[in-house]
Formats: sequence, structure tokens, C-alpha cells
Amino acid sequence: MEQVLDILSWICLIVGSFFVLVGGIGVLRMPDVYTRSHAAGITDTMGALLILVGLMFQAGLTLITVKLVMILIFLLFTSPASSHALNHTAWANGLRPKLEDDSPIKPLGKTDGRE
Amino acid sequence: MVHAVSLGLILFATWLLMSGVYIPFILLLGVFSCAVVVLIAMRMDVIDHEAVPLHITFRSLLYWPWLLWEIVKANIDVTKRVLGLAPISPTMTRLQATQKTDLGLVIFANSITLTPGTISIDVEENGEILVHAISREGAKGFADGEMDRRVTELEDA
Repeated sequence: MEQVLDILSWICLIVGSFFVLVGGIGVLRMPDVYTRSHAAGITDTMGALLILVGLMFQAGLTLITVKLVMILIFLLFTSPASSHALNHTAWANGLRPKLEDDSPIKPLGKTDGRE
Repeated sequence: MVHAVSLGLILFATWLLMSGVYIPFILLLGVFSCAVVVLIAMRMDVIDHEAVPLHITFRSLLYWPWLLWEIVKANIDVTKRVLGLAPISPTMTRLQATQKTDLGLVIFANSITLTPGTISIDVEENGEILVHAISREGAKGFADGEMDRRVTELEDA
């Protein structure tokens, strides 16, 4: 049983590290602030999620796991706030994203199935 | 009042889980510090249905797993684009959110940002959200409005 947990834990940690790495590569490869934030978002969500879950498998049913869950919830609440603040500031200060074939911003779309 | 009491209980539960020490004197200090925090929050007049959103607590337990699954799917998609296995096609689009309260609107905008590949850039008072997506498919994904519908269901009292 312990070995199964160890293996699960390692799988989570390694896959999580992979996503953190991908986030880093993305920040270097992407062309502008907005697309870079998308890449950084991988580190914030999938990377953090999998690494914390991997650590939870190591900790077992203890208070440490509860604390890890709290860290995860805290991250999931704060990372979109900081990400939005960064991108909103870039937008508000006139930095325009590099769009595909410089297409204009689409007109107001409804979310109820019509485009 | 309900909100103040539940804030106190939530704070104390958090404190208890963080400390893990159950000596009466220490527990008393915990109760005291929670009470002080609630009193300060009451004096600052920040305790209301937005600071302590009790009315959506149970429905949010259904929303979170769905959102987590969406995040996992979006992560795999963006990972492919970062590694060059799929092209990027940055797109900006405007959405009309259907939430009635500020809290619902914030939850929707935050959910958009939390999902990799889409970021809410600007949120207007009337519920118009400016979204930057890494791909045209990602922007189209909002056209079916499932996230919007789920958040609206979440906030409906």
C-alpha cells in the first residue's frame, strides 16, 4: 500500500514538474505579454496542483495534507487575481496584443450559443 | 450577524487545523485572536454576503470539480501550443456575462483567467468581459456559454 502511494506521489511530482517546465518554456517562446501569461498560467494551475497532490500522497491523512489543501485553494484564488491585474494594466496602458493577422477585436458576442 | 458568527467559526476552524495544538491555554488564545479579527472586520464594515458568501458555499462544491476538469483540459491544450505541437492564434473577444451580482461576475471573470489559454482583460459594470484567448478555438469555446451558465446557476439564491 505504501509503495503504491509512493509511486502515485512520484508520478504526480514528475508530471507536475513537467508542466512547470512547460510554463517556463512558454514564457520564453510566446510573442507578447498576453500569450506569455497564458503559458505562466500552466505553472500556476497544473504545475502547482500536481506537485501539491504529490506531496499530499507523501503526507497521508494528516494535518499537513489539510495545510497543503489550503495552499492549493489560496493559489487558485490569488493567481487569477494577479494575472488579471498584470494583463489589465498592460491593456489599460495601451499595450495591444499581437493578434492573428491583426484581426480586429470581435464585436460583442452573446454567450448563449450565437456568435 | 449570521455572517459574523460564521466568519468567526471559519477562522477558528482554520486556526485549529493550522496549529494542531490542543492545550486549553493555546486554544483560548486562538479563540481570542479570532474574536479580535471578527471585531475589527465588523468595525471596518466589511462583513456581508460578499465577504462571507455562505449562500453559494454548497453549490460551489459542485462547481469546483467541474472547473478543475476544465482547467486540466485547457492545460493540455495550451501545453501543446507552447511546445509547438499546435499553432497559436491569439484572439480577443467580448462576452456578455449573464450574472446579476458583482460576486457572480467576479467568479466568472476569475474562472476565465484561471483556465489557461483565456484571460479576462477587462470587466465592465454591465457584465461585458473582454477576453484574450491564445487560440481561436479557445475563444469559440465560450460561445456555448457553459461556464457562464454554471456561474449564473451558482449565484442564484
